[in-house]
Amino acid sequence: MHPAPSVIIFTALSGLGFGLMAWLGFGLPAVSGWSAFTFFFVAYALAVGGLVASTFHLGNPKRAIKAFSQWRSSWLSREGVLAIVSLLVIAVYAIGVIFLNQRWQIAGWAGALLSLGTVFTTSMIYAQMKTVPRWNTPLTPVLFFLYALAGGALLAGQTGAAIMLLIVLCSVQVLAWVLGENSFARAGHTIETATGLGNLGRVRLLESPHSGPNYLLKEMVYIVGRKHAHKLRVIAIFLMGLVPVAILTLLPTNHYMAAIAVLSHMAGLFVSRWLFFAQAEHVVGLYYDKR
Amino acid sequence: MTSLPQSTQKKLGLAIDLDTCVGCHACVISCKEWNTSNYGSPLSDMDAYGAEPSGTFLNRIHTYEAKTLERAAQVVHFPKSCLHCEDAPCVTVCPTGASYKRSEDGIVLVNEDDCMGCGLCAWACPYGAREMDVAEGVMKKCTLCVDRIYNENIPEEDRVPSCVRTCPAGARHFGDFADPDSNVSILSAERGGFALMAEQGTNPVNRYLPPRPKADISGSGQIGVPATALGEETGGAKGFLSWLDKALEKI
Repeated sequence: MHPAPSVIIFTALSGLGFGLMAWLGFGLPAVSGWSAFTFFFVAYALAVGGLVASTFHLGNPKRAIKAFSQWRSSWLSREGVLAIVSLLVIAVYAIGVIFLNQRWQIAGWAGALLSLGTVFTTSMIYAQMKTVPRWNTPLTPVLFFLYALAGGALLAGQTGAAIMLLIVLCSVQVLAWVLGENSFARAGHTIETATGLGNLGRVRLLESPHSGPNYLLKEMVYIVGRKHAHKLRVIAIFLMGLVPVAILTLLPTNHYMAAIAVLSHMAGLFVSRWLFFAQAEHVVGLYYDKR
Repeated sequence: MTSLPQSTQKKLGLAIDLDTCVGCHACVISCKEWNTSNYGSPLSDMDAYGAEPSGTFLNRIHTYEAKTLERAAQVVHFPKSCLHCEDAPCVTVCPTGASYKRSEDGIVLVNEDDCMGCGLCAWACPYGAREMDVAEGVMKKCTLCVDRIYNENIPEEDRVPSCVRTCPAGARHFGDFADPDSNVSILSAERGGFALMAEQGTNPVNRYLPPRPKADISGSGQIGVPATALGEETGGAKGFLSWLDKALEKI
């Protein structure tokens, strides 16, 4: 799949933002006043920034408002609805904590659960795609949860939880990469099932429909850069997991080191999310004899 | 709502004959011509006269070669347009309600006024039947020429999809698969019509009629070796030819 920057930014940043919101909603850390303002500002900037980025790849962004209408059938629509509801409910809690020194915990818990629900709906946009076997697995929502919770814990200064979650995240991510290698073959899709010509022998594309590229090839048969996938995986695990865990466990705690840990985690997250798209193979590639 | 209808009264679709298709691309051109000038926004071309032309098409012809070790390769021209699936995944993923499947005839359509061009339906389609129009920013797909098949302003013989009307080989057949006595149902039953990538669970309406088996002309089974190099086999000759063969051997 084409790793569009807008979609990478959207899933990465909004995941982090809603992850941080979940921690804040649960009262971890139990901040108030200016300190709370800073935390909530970061959470909203990430979540809203990600959501705004997601509109950049739309052909007709002026109609984006209609995307809230089909929540009964569409995961993308549910994601939009839940994101807005989460932002509003957490806002109630944030106003209490920042300005009134009140901790309306019910709003906090509700907002936290809604934030995690938003992360789940985001993951299901991808996990529901039977056409992309690498995504079509329960590991996709698990991973999105772990990215949100681990990144959120790091941003929320929950050192102990962050270390644990980062280790779990890296382990599950490696597992997902390994299982993903054969996912296309396990799903059983071949050029023979795509064309139904398998009884005539081995099938190959003799001539493509047009001499040039088309939307399908640009959007769903992205092959560039896959040869570096292995190195990029190592880089992703190093930056998003090993560096932050090392900083949190070995070095003295202060704001500068925490910032380095967060930036390193985010860099690794972007690399890993780029791979999430670039390595995902869509079955339509079979009709073009490439994946 | 982008939920799918429980069932549709008709299941309009195409039976595409892979035995008959000659790969002339006439259906590609007539589809583009009809659909760029009628329902919805035009089908744009990008860099049409430049170095890297590309464009929006609702119907494309692939050409495949199938080959076993023993037999000569067989070339199959393979037209592909929307299969108007009964369980169309492109419809349910749509967040805006632009994509829908009609309960009366099963045609899958896009209401372009509601489409925000997110492209998720194209991701959900295993067949590459949907293409985003770069100029308009809306999703385009085969409408089964919904503006022809019910159009009482055109002659009755033209009330079929443009690709069907134009095919010089008669490889594309239009009809109602819900009716077991329709032309397409009978054709599909007689010829063993099959669905593409059935394991995706999309339940396509369109059926492909497989190429008929070709006569085996590979002789001894060695392909690519000149017949003269293989020697001649006359053991099967009978009657006069057998006598002639023997007589000539003795000279």
